Amino acid sequence: MDESRRSYPEIRTLLEQRQLSARELTEQHFRAIEQRNSELGAYLWLCRERAFAQADAVDRAVRARAPLPPLAGLPVAIKDVILTRGVKTTAGSRILEGYLPPYDATAVARLEQAGAIILGKTNCDEFAMGSSTENSGYFPCRNPHALDRVPGGSSGGSAAAVAANLAVAALGSDTGGSIRQPASFCGVVGLMGTYGRVSRYGLIAFASSLDHIGPFGRTVRDVAAVLGVIAGRDPNDSTSADVPVPDYLAELKKPVKGMKLGVPREYFGPGLDAEVKAKIEAGIRKFGELGCEVVEISLPHTEYAIACYYIVCTAEASSNLARYDGVRYGFRTPGADELDAMYRSTRGRGFGAEVKRRIMLGTYVLSAGYYEAYYRKAQKVRQLIYQDFVKAFQRVDALVTPTSPTPAFRLGEKTADPLQMYLADIYTVTGDLAGVPGISVPCGKSKQGLPIGIQLMGRHFDEARLLRLAHAFEAAGGFEL
Amino acid sequence: MKITRQDVEYVTALAHLDLSEEEITRLQRELDSILTYVDQLNRLDTTTVAPMAQVLYQAPPDVALRADQEGKCLERPEVLAAAPDATDTFVKVPKVIER
Repeated sequence: MDESRRSYPEIRTLLEQRQLSARELTEQHFRAIEQRNSELGAYLWLCRERAFAQADAVDRAVRARAPLPPLAGLPVAIKDVILTRGVKTTAGSRILEGYLPPYDATAVARLEQAGAIILGKTNCDEFAMGSSTENSGYFPCRNPHALDRVPGGSSGGSAAAVAANLAVAALGSDTGGSIRQPASFCGVVGLMGTYGRVSRYGLIAFASSLDHIGPFGRTVRDVAAVLGVIAGRDPNDSTSADVPVPDYLAELKKPVKGMKLGVPREYFGPGLDAEVKAKIEAGIRKFGELGCEVVEISLPHTEYAIACYYIVCTAEASSNLARYDGVRYGFRTPGADELDAMYRSTRGRGFGAEVKRRIMLGTYVLSAGYYEAYYRKAQKVRQLIYQDFVKAFQRVDALVTPTSPTPAFRLGEKTADPLQMYLADIYTVTGDLAGVPGISVPCGKSKQGLPIGIQLMGRHFDEARLLRLAHAFEAAGGFEL
Repeated sequence: MKITRQDVEYVTALAHLDLSEEEITRLQRELDSILTYVDQLNRLDTTTVAPMAQVLYQAPPDVALRADQEGKCLERPEVLAAAPDATDTFVKVPKVIER
């Protein structure tokens, strides 16, 4: 097997048997990044000092035969919307250029306490707003499977880094599909936990009722291991849930036979690419072979999800992004002689086109006279979408759908029409609106060699079942269908 | 058109965004197209549906409250270091009020 495609258990064994040091492993990753990043654009910023300090600490523990923490020596990449103390964090935006956060996100702190080695910060759509990573304020990221294609987004850099062996695992964020869709486009595993499963302390806020942090990996096991470390209540995030975190690695070993899976017919309508449809149907048959019972179900309000989502997320974004005003951090337009003019010109120059579009739409739908017609209406439709899922999960244990209607599209293909780009999230925004967990795993490739992802969604706080199903699917060869 | 140029200009003022003429023209067109798309929500009768702000899990009502004790906060020099303009104790901004 290609050494650079190692999964964490192999790395762990090599470290424990002293056949590889954490420092060597880290050096290998930085060398690979040097070779590939200029064409891929997966990383925005690297943190060599911090990475080697952590690697040396792991190596000392190995030499001392001290007990190793659960992720000792795991090289990880962190999406640039997640704060890392003293390491540049910009959310892919010029308005935060050069920002050095004074604290770590809880997910980052927990990863490091568990022994993971943070290599750097990955490229993304500015403030996680986009589905292709073309909205990065710095440079676009490309798909490692086809350099003329996007890696998906907004966590495109994290997905591309894991796919191209520039990290073993990564953190991303998902507000409308931003973990699952790039995982699908890049042929890796990406999980969004239940709303509240993972602390968002230190996540740069985009839409607070929809934002999630979650892991990427090349195997389901690696994703389960990272989730187990970052999940759980955090006093610094009042929305993080006080719900016990199961031992996800132990859960993987449990059988899937007899589980009841629902296939929502609304996810197979017009707009679904024929090759994607064929692979997803093959994937569904695979679950049948694994002993799962598959039934067709209906989530009747699915067609309203994109409209609902783009009102809710832009409204929340317009409020969250009010804080970028050139006062406390980041960029300030020089020369303004009056405070209000400084705000307006800093924001006008610091934000990119998609961010401005969403701030404008969100401000409009919240403004006097339109609040009821747009924002309140969307909140009511959100309730209906949520109820669809509640009803479905009374009948079935999990849902199986495509992750995205198409494989990775070409750079520039959807940039001219914002609505076309928004529709790339049609199968993923529903999970964010309903607060349910979702995972995308590889399900074969198109004739052109582009990865296709299959999505599983589950009941609130039932990530363990999704991981079990995904792991059984992987073990049965589902990734190479 | 669902949104006029005057609407766009009014929203730029609410949002504290300086936009160029070209941006205003483009945004009027784009916002109009998005607002036309989201109009489909009006096909649904939601008169008896309760609005949902966020998905809540089953928990006691005081789950987010901590003990009323002073905690550690960030160090001032580290926070001020991130500001574009600051003294040892304050961030500096352009003139707010006329003298």
